[in-house]
Amino acid sequence: MSSTPDAQPEARTVRGTVVTTVPRASFDPADGSARPEELIDVYLRVNGAERHARVPGRRLLSDALRHDLGLTGTHVGCEHGVCGACTVLLDGQPVRACLMFAATAQGHEITTVEGLSTPDGELGPVQQAFVECHGLQCGFCTPGFLTTITAYLDENPDPTPEEAREAIAGNLCRCTGYQNIVKAVCRAAELRRGDDPAPDGTQTPPAPTQEEEQR
Amino acid sequence: MSTRTVGSPVQRREDPRLVRGDGRYLDDLGHDALAAAFVRSPHGHARIVDIDTSGAIDVDGVVAVWTWEDLAGSGTAEEPLPMLLPHPSIEHPVTGYALAKDRVHHVGEAVVMVVARDRYLAEDAAQRVRVTYEPLPAVVGVEAARAAEHLVHEEAPANVGAYFEQHLGDAAGQIESAPHVLELDLDIERSACMPMEGKGILARWDSEEGRLKVHASTQTSTGLRAALAAKLGLPLSAVEVITPDVGGGFGVKINHPWPEDVAVAAAAMRLQTKIKWVEDRREHFISSAHERQQLQHVRVGFDDDGQILGMEAQVWHDHGAYLPYGVIVPLNTATHIPGPYRMRNFSVTFTSLYTNTVIVTPYRGAGRPQAAYLMERTMDAIARHLGKDRTQVRSVNFVQPEQMPWDLGMVLQDGRMGIYDSGDFPASLEKLKELVGWDDFEEYREQARAEGRQVGIGLACYVEGTGAGPYEGGHIEIETSGRVNVSTGLTTQGQGHATVFAQIVADELGVKIEDVHVTTGDTRRMAYSVGTWGSRGAVMSGNALLLTARKVKEQALRIAADALEANPDDLEIVDGIVRVKGAPESQIPLPMVAVLSNPLRYAFDETARAATQFGGKSDESKPPVGDAEHPGLEGSDFFSPVRTTFANGMHAAIVETDPHTADITVLRYCVVHDCGPMLNPMIVEGQVHGGVAQGIGGALYERMAYDADGQLQNASFMDFLMPFATEIPHIETDHLETPSPLNPLGIKGAGEAGTIPTTAAIAAAVEDAEGFPIRRMPISPPELWELRKQHASNTTDPS
Ligand code: FES
Ligand code: FES
Repeated sequence: MSSTPDAQPEARTVRGTVVTTVPRASFDPADGSARPEELIDVYLRVNGAERHARVPGRRLLSDALRHDLGLTGTHVGCEHGVCGACTVLLDGQPVRACLMFAATAQGHEITTVEGLSTPDGELGPVQQAFVECHGLQCGFCTPGFLTTITAYLDENPDPTPEEAREAIAGNLCRCTGYQNIVKAVCRAAELRRGDDPAPDGTQTPPAPTQEEEQR
Repeated sequence: MSTRTVGSPVQRREDPRLVRGDGRYLDDLGHDALAAAFVRSPHGHARIVDIDTSGAIDVDGVVAVWTWEDLAGSGTAEEPLPMLLPHPSIEHPVTGYALAKDRVHHVGEAVVMVVARDRYLAEDAAQRVRVTYEPLPAVVGVEAARAAEHLVHEEAPANVGAYFEQHLGDAAGQIESAPHVLELDLDIERSACMPMEGKGILARWDSEEGRLKVHASTQTSTGLRAALAAKLGLPLSAVEVITPDVGGGFGVKINHPWPEDVAVAAAAMRLQTKIKWVEDRREHFISSAHERQQLQHVRVGFDDDGQILGMEAQVWHDHGAYLPYGVIVPLNTATHIPGPYRMRNFSVTFTSLYTNTVIVTPYRGAGRPQAAYLMERTMDAIARHLGKDRTQVRSVNFVQPEQMPWDLGMVLQDGRMGIYDSGDFPASLEKLKELVGWDDFEEYREQARAEGRQVGIGLACYVEGTGAGPYEGGHIEIETSGRVNVSTGLTTQGQGHATVFAQIVADELGVKIEDVHVTTGDTRRMAYSVGTWGSRGAVMSGNALLLTARKVKEQALRIAADALEANPDDLEIVDGIVRVKGAPESQIPLPMVAVLSNPLRYAFDETARAATQFGGKSDESKPPVGDAEHPGLEGSDFFSPVRTTFANGMHAAIVETDPHTADITVLRYCVVHDCGPMLNPMIVEGQVHGGVAQGIGGALYERMAYDADGQLQNASFMDFLMPFATEIPHIETDHLETPSPLNPLGIKGAGEAGTIPTTAAIAAAVEDAEGFPIRRMPISPPELWELRKQHASNTTDPS
């Protein structure tokens, strides 16, 4: 049995149940979880800009970035710290945004995938390398790889392919088989060093602008 | 001349957006939507005694708590979900409900839906729902299902959902009289697609217009649209489904409607609002779909050369708790067993069984990895029995190039005869042997042995029916700005369709690829489509768009010919300009042709104003838009092939097994692949790489570990071992391009190829390294270690 959104809520113990939009006026004081949550003000510095969100203390950093700040480039693939899709840089170090509360990120410098392009919208070297080397298919895991690799190349600007493979071994990708991501790590290192020639004869029509790709 | 792009490794047009973080995946949409969460069954099999939702509705922010009864009144939402693909072999079709009715049949089945202001609150509330169950005995795994001590569904005696047989010639008789006969028992485990993005749906009810608008991470937006309209009692025209960017599919997003699709859309309608559900990883493990598990028994008769004279295969297939997607997977297995080999006396029987585990729907390869496993393990057993080289035994059985087209003699899953259209198996094998260094391997083995290392080599071959019909369509529209809008109804999950389809259209129309913009999977733009599965995207939509482009080009040339007072046959289009061949100064830009195609006398823009110079004298006796014409430079066409086209390939693996720890390392992996001419070799290679990585996962790491009660014990990425970069070797590829005569582009599908023979190739390599048969896959180091112990104490070879 079902009722309209405006119907009076009723607690029942039979099959079929209740629809309500009426916030509960009273709560069982013994039962904390039914109470409206206390919200806190969180100030985050993301991609160089000061951002504010009013969120419950348990709000994950990944959710705060995605849903409160609208930076949906950071993806969530597992929410348990294994896949690396949610990786962002915290003071330049890769961290899993799904394993961290937004509140704990206060006072730190956060870089998301949206912050890897240059201010005038040009692709950063790792992003460019992924495009050149076909380092992505569905692109869902890609932001986590891009941030991870960005941090890695700061530490090791000239990796061998084996080192490149190790460097990305904490992130899951189900599409690419990793080979072209390894290639992209090496290519990104080249681009950062200013070695320019494009790899093995791929044609490079100018990348479509964002507008052009709007559906 | 414009540069032709088909055949070149053109960089992907979708990438700049995706690497910037500007992708729009399902959960990136609808931030103001309400969120749904589901209470799921903790039992493999149980009767629902009581549901108490009182605790849930107390949670602040909860909007609705629905059980099965609440689905009533939304069309037929409370009735069982559809059996999408009925088939005569299905004896006892059982499908589930959007929310469980009286019983649950697997852990993870949705029982109650909670809708709340956000997902955190919805999950809080879901935790406070109390469901009382009466647990029933669970049936887990093929053996338990076959034994049928307990039933998954009372209406399916012996737990059999479907049974079928296919016979070719006289297998039994031939085996009887064959000089050699072997029998093998084979076992292949359950795995799953595991796209990095789970499933999800965002449904909004527009009460002003009485329309349901759905975004879904689906592989078939047209299918979902029709299913939702039917379930919710809405006219088809009141429902639209849009597929945004999708974070991988590999098969699991093809089934539709999912229970959650129906429940969420029904609630959005009833509450007249917007509701979103995004699957989390645990939900994906326990409530989406798996594939692969089969037990197989083979009996084969062959001559001294290893030529197969007759073969019988019995297969028991675990299809999980319900059968919403029919028997596509076992049908694929059955019809792909012969592979590249001449098989004239063959029989296969298939028993598809219910178990109290997650449903089975196609996973990349869809039943074919099991077929390659069965056939290739058999080939290796024959070679071993005769003491012959494994490539030799395969060679004597190959269908020869001059025997093409080769009639398989069996009906495929699409109901049409299987006929191999092209391929050159001996040439492919030569290429593979060279690539992997097959003939030099013994030398390498000796060398490794001297270093105390143990290595092995294996190979596996397959053919794959790809590009199955019935049809796919295209629509192309050239705007007066010169922008070329291309739509096709099939969806995209990362295969680079926006690039490949743009290549085809740009080449055919003679425009720059930058001017071409591709939309996929939006029922507002193309309402007819089948979906993206079975390596069919490029073959079906690629050819549909080629045909469409030809049609639109014809229209453009006709209009341009009028304007230029020339013969259409004398015209060509180069870089978006229509010109007279040999007299390029006589020309008209395509945007202007678009203006002329629409006799509307508003000068919206520069092009329209400029077009007046071409507005020659009109024929006063005819209407401005002629009988056979339509305004606008646009058109639609469909491609519908007579039958499936067959891609093929061969893989070889070199593995090292640690003599002490039994650790297995893939040292080299080589692929020779034939999908006909490659539209974009970079993308084809990418597909092969990804497929092989999934195949290696399936061969060595991935398995759904159910306990006897139907609890999935490894439902997280922590415990279900998907390969990371360090588990995947560098993949070496080579290609043979034998064009298909079945479509204008001459292409065959490439999406699933990488995954099909991988388990077989790796099993063969491990077997070669160890010297005893490997009959159960995936294989882990502890299992290999156990096998070594068994074989050390029992020197008689069971083969
Ligand atoms: S979503 Fe954070 S690691 Fe997977
Ligand atoms: S590109 Fe799809 S998961 Fe990595």
